[in-house]
Amino acid sequence: MDITLQQVSYAYAKNTPFEKRALFNVDLNIPSGSYQAIIGHTGSGKSTVLQHLNALLKPTEGTIKIGQVEVKADKKNKMLREVRQKVGIVFQFPEHQLFDETVLKDIMFGPMNFGVGEEEAKRRAIELVGLLGLPEEVLEKSPFDLSGGQMRRVAIAGVLAMNPEVLVLDEPTAGLDPRGRKEIMDLFHRLHKEKGLTTVLVTHSMEDASRYADRIAIMHKGKCVLEGTPQEIFSDEDRLLDYQLELPQCIKFQKKVEQMMGMKLPSICLTEETLAKELAHLIKKERDE
Amino acid sequence: MLEKMIFGRFIPGDSFIHRLDARAKLIFVFLFIAIVFIANDWITYGILLVFTFLIIRLSKIRLYFLINGLKPVVILIVFTFLLHLIFTREGPIIFEWKFIKIYEEGLRQGIFISIRFFVLVILTSILTLTTTPISITDALEILLNPLKKWKLPVHELALMMSISLRFIPTLMDETDKIMKAQMARGSDMTTGTMKERMNAIVPLLIPLFVSAFKRAEDLATAMEVRGYKGGEGRTRYRKLEWARRDTISILLLVVLAAVLIYFRK
Repeated sequence: MDITLQQVSYAYAKNTPFEKRALFNVDLNIPSGSYQAIIGHTGSGKSTVLQHLNALLKPTEGTIKIGQVEVKADKKNKMLREVRQKVGIVFQFPEHQLFDETVLKDIMFGPMNFGVGEEEAKRRAIELVGLLGLPEEVLEKSPFDLSGGQMRRVAIAGVLAMNPEVLVLDEPTAGLDPRGRKEIMDLFHRLHKEKGLTTVLVTHSMEDASRYADRIAIMHKGKCVLEGTPQEIFSDEDRLLDYQLELPQCIKFQKKVEQMMGMKLPSICLTEETLAKELAHLIKKERDE
Repeated sequence: MLEKMIFGRFIPGDSFIHRLDARAKLIFVFLFIAIVFIANDWITYGILLVFTFLIIRLSKIRLYFLINGLKPVVILIVFTFLLHLIFTREGPIIFEWKFIKIYEEGLRQGIFISIRFFVLVILTSILTLTTTPISITDALEILLNPLKKWKLPVHELALMMSISLRFIPTLMDETDKIMKAQMARGSDMTTGTMKERMNAIVPLLIPLFVSAFKRAEDLATAMEVRGYKGGEGRTRYRKLEWARRDTISILLLVVLAAVLIYFRK
């Protein structure tokens, strides 16, 4: 399902003294099956864009096309329910949305709201708990008895259980330990690869964006200022600095190495693995000569 | 959708009303609440309305914003209006349809009560909109200070009030956030049948309670860590200062009361 933002502007608390414009003419196209990262400094409008992606917010100006549904300021939409089933959002600190008596019921809440039968919802819950690396015993526990990391996983399972076509993630690993971060990010990547799940990742982490995303959009002061592949985005360090962003650690390291050795690697390495490979290659070549 | 609510919010500004001492404003509002009950006919209620609009002008708050923010109260006003309209049975009948009879006195009472309600709500909202919650509680603490003699925990009460006022916007934001998260999971409080909406309340309230308790605990810890131990011997960073304009505005109220008493039936 494609999502297209055309000239979207949004103002919070419109027509009150608290009015605050958050988005200015944002254009963004998220094709079906892609992995799109949205990065930007705090307060750049990332989270506001995200809430537009399943029509929780309606643009004050401009249009959003979510699959077949068109969302506009003055248009009443009856199809929003369908949109919300197809676009699952994992909000920041999603564990705050847990409420039910047991983990099982909480995970089943989403799908059952969208008309999935009890048996099917239960089947999905059991499957997802396994997928997210939680022991099956947690299903009968109260979500409030779990640890923070486990709560996070349960909340993510609650969104995945809706079987969305597009998965929108708002800082899904904020506050997790490094190992938990990697596990969860790898899981999302696997889902994206295996099931062709369109993924939108809103993040502060340049590392995550460069490692996982196909395309990156940079938000700055409510505008979408830059859009492209990770290679394109991270080849221009000065521009990133303008937007108060930095290069990912691994590319920084690559630049240092290039500087000290007075040469250039053939391409920008987005992950530690590719960087290591390139360097090994280089060393081997030099040894052979 | 909750961003339109204005209860407990403060709009920074520099109007005459903003500059008044919080104690003056508090006394003003309390006196005004009493004075409103002097009015009993068209002229006096008219004077009240004019007086209220004057104060709105002085506060430089946009009327549209005020009215928009008071929508929830409007329902209450309409409801009381209808009650008076239907159940007051005095004076000549002015309208009759099947079993509904509307009497002149009912219409009049309805309008009067609505004006009274409107004026009171507007004035109290202006109080909270133009005064920071902290100065309101400071003022209250000072005004209630004499009651300490009778062992009333004035400081603790003021503190409780300031904390609850402080947390209204926070909880409001929290509600908005959780509501959106549950909406994304297909549980929508704003659409659907009555039963569906009722069902959508539980997934909203439970997370809200959980986070409110967590916040309370965090706040208590933070206060203890910073050595808070109640009002005994506590000095103030902000000092309230009574100026001439404060005296004038209280006197103005006395004038209003006199005018109302003169014109009332």
